[in-house]
Amino acid sequence: MIAAAERRVLAGRHFMNGDTACAEGALAAGCRFFAGYPITPSTEIAERLAERLPRLGGCFVQMEDELGSMAAILGASWAGAKAMTATSGPGFTLMMENFGLGLMTETPCVIVNVQRGGPSTGLPTLVGQADVMQAKWGSHGDYEPIAYAPASPQEMFDLLIAAFNAAERYRMPVLVMADEVVGHMTEGVTIPPAEELHLVGRKRPPAGANGWLPYAADGDLVPPMPLAGEGHHIHVTGLTHDERGYPATDAVVQDQLVRRISQKVQVHAAEIISLEELLTHDAETIVVSYGCTARSARQAVLAARERGVKAGLLRLITLWPFPGERMRELADGSRRFVVAEMNLGQMAREVERHTRAPAVWVTHAGGAMIPPTAILRAIMEAAT
Amino acid sequence: MSGEIYVQAHPVDHLVRADRLPHIWCPGCGLGSATACFASAMVDSGLPLDKQVVVSGIGCTGRVAGYLNVDSFHTTHGRAIPFAIGLKLANPELQVTVFSGDGDMFAIGGNHFLHAARRNVDLNVVCINNFNYGMTGGQFGPTTPLGARTTTTPHGNAEPPFNLVHVASSLGAVFVARWTVLHIRQLHRSMLRALDKRGFRFIEVLAPCPVGFGKSNDIGEGLDEMWFYRRQCVIDPETDLAQATIEMKHDSRIVLGDFVDIERPVFRPSGWEE
Repeated sequence: MIAAAERRVLAGRHFMNGDTACAEGALAAGCRFFAGYPITPSTEIAERLAERLPRLGGCFVQMEDELGSMAAILGASWAGAKAMTATSGPGFTLMMENFGLGLMTETPCVIVNVQRGGPSTGLPTLVGQADVMQAKWGSHGDYEPIAYAPASPQEMFDLLIAAFNAAERYRMPVLVMADEVVGHMTEGVTIPPAEELHLVGRKRPPAGANGWLPYAADGDLVPPMPLAGEGHHIHVTGLTHDERGYPATDAVVQDQLVRRISQKVQVHAAEIISLEELLTHDAETIVVSYGCTARSARQAVLAARERGVKAGLLRLITLWPFPGERMRELADGSRRFVVAEMNLGQMAREVERHTRAPAVWVTHAGGAMIPPTAILRAIMEAAT
Repeated sequence: MSGEIYVQAHPVDHLVRADRLPHIWCPGCGLGSATACFASAMVDSGLPLDKQVVVSGIGCTGRVAGYLNVDSFHTTHGRAIPFAIGLKLANPELQVTVFSGDGDMFAIGGNHFLHAARRNVDLNVVCINNFNYGMTGGQFGPTTPLGARTTTTPHGNAEPPFNLVHVASSLGAVFVARWTVLHIRQLHRSMLRALDKRGFRFIEVLAPCPVGFGKSNDIGEGLDEMWFYRRQCVIDPETDLAQATIEMKHDSRIVLGDFVDIERPVFRPSGWEE
């Protein structure tokens, strides 16, 4: 049997492409099912998993489109598999339909979006970061997403584990909002031994439980998840539903359900939110950035320090839930904010909303990295 | 009247979620008969009920999953088949049936049907064809006969419909049948054959929708449509499926039968061991 010879976790030091690291992170996290549709610049994730998953006893399936891919991973999750898909802008748009079904039915899974320039077909081979608000609002209705923004191949590995853990812990689809630069960059990636990985599995009904209600939430607002084939005879619907999972299309149940699936993220925001702060303790100007653009922002902050300007970096490792509380703490009235991102000001507006002050926007519609010099100029401008 | 029989329970009561009744379907709708028939087939198949799963899309037939007391999924419009593929591949022990309507499965979900049949995924697919979008109030769909009147074809339908059994057969479905909710015994036998087979199995079930289709197309109420089926249907398993179109006219025939029963390699993801 091939499976025994194949190692799930390729512990060691590697020189690895970001998309490949993403696939390895998924495998290390216990991903057992991938459904996807080829799309640049995410295809290498599918290619790696097509090679590796079957050898590990998992399932790789290439679907007819992204609508079907997203539906298939939800089905696989209800059969008990840790499941994922990977795509880019146009495919992400198609996935919004069943991303909503996943949120409403509280189905753990991971969706990786290796962002390219949009709208529409846009820049298939070139970088963008303009889907970050689509991550927040792209599917209809109210919800509170969890989205990670890796800034290196190492984080393509690490954050896949974090994303699977969050999906299982909070019983919901979780987004990894990567970008073309991070996906196609090759860099050092350290994969820890399997026993050092912290992996989370979904909460399950107690052993021997019969007829478990699929939407009876515990105190942490997360319901334990029964699976198909276990004898619970569950009903799962995208309609507004009660604790039994039965359709209950009335205003009271709607408000309770939609508030709970938002609040289960909000009440755990402190444990979900992940930030990197560089020299923020005494900074007078703080650059907020994420993904590949944060790499330029780091250089700009260090260059500003060399020029005697007290600059700092706040890197968003999670985009959603947004770290509004930390923003408000930092916005003590004297600090200025620069927001650098490869879109026309999507997170900049969010920063301004929380700091209640205008920020300096360093924006670009995508296609190439924002150079450190552009961000440095903005820091110097903000500092004067 | 002498010799009355008092029935305390229906043989498939345990397969119905009684706490969800009354159902949402209109008087004269054929979905109740089709659902009861399938429930009987699930029991009679001898397959463990705990391993039988029903997946539906959206629409009147989309509600079938929710009334059956097995693991059941009411998914998004058109996506029942890919959702079912995920369930089946991640747990091959499950016997997965997709139970949905003609609009769900052949308009918005047509592409998924096409590819699942081509791959010969191990799914049992039941399509209730009532010739219109019932849930939204009787609009034309991909099976609405040419010339038929619906709320969005007030001047008559200008589009030729799909011939579903021909579509399924041409894509390589290993079992293909068409029955009506009048032919319930034949339908039950057909469902049992499908449940006993591996691969992509397809049964089209014609069902009255008096509110959305029958009354506006010179057929009438549900019972009138059952009489219509009785008059117009012929059973011919050997028929040329390319000619087995449905016109729903008083001078046209509807061909029924278990048309296809073949063997073909069942879909296994690339890299899976035999």
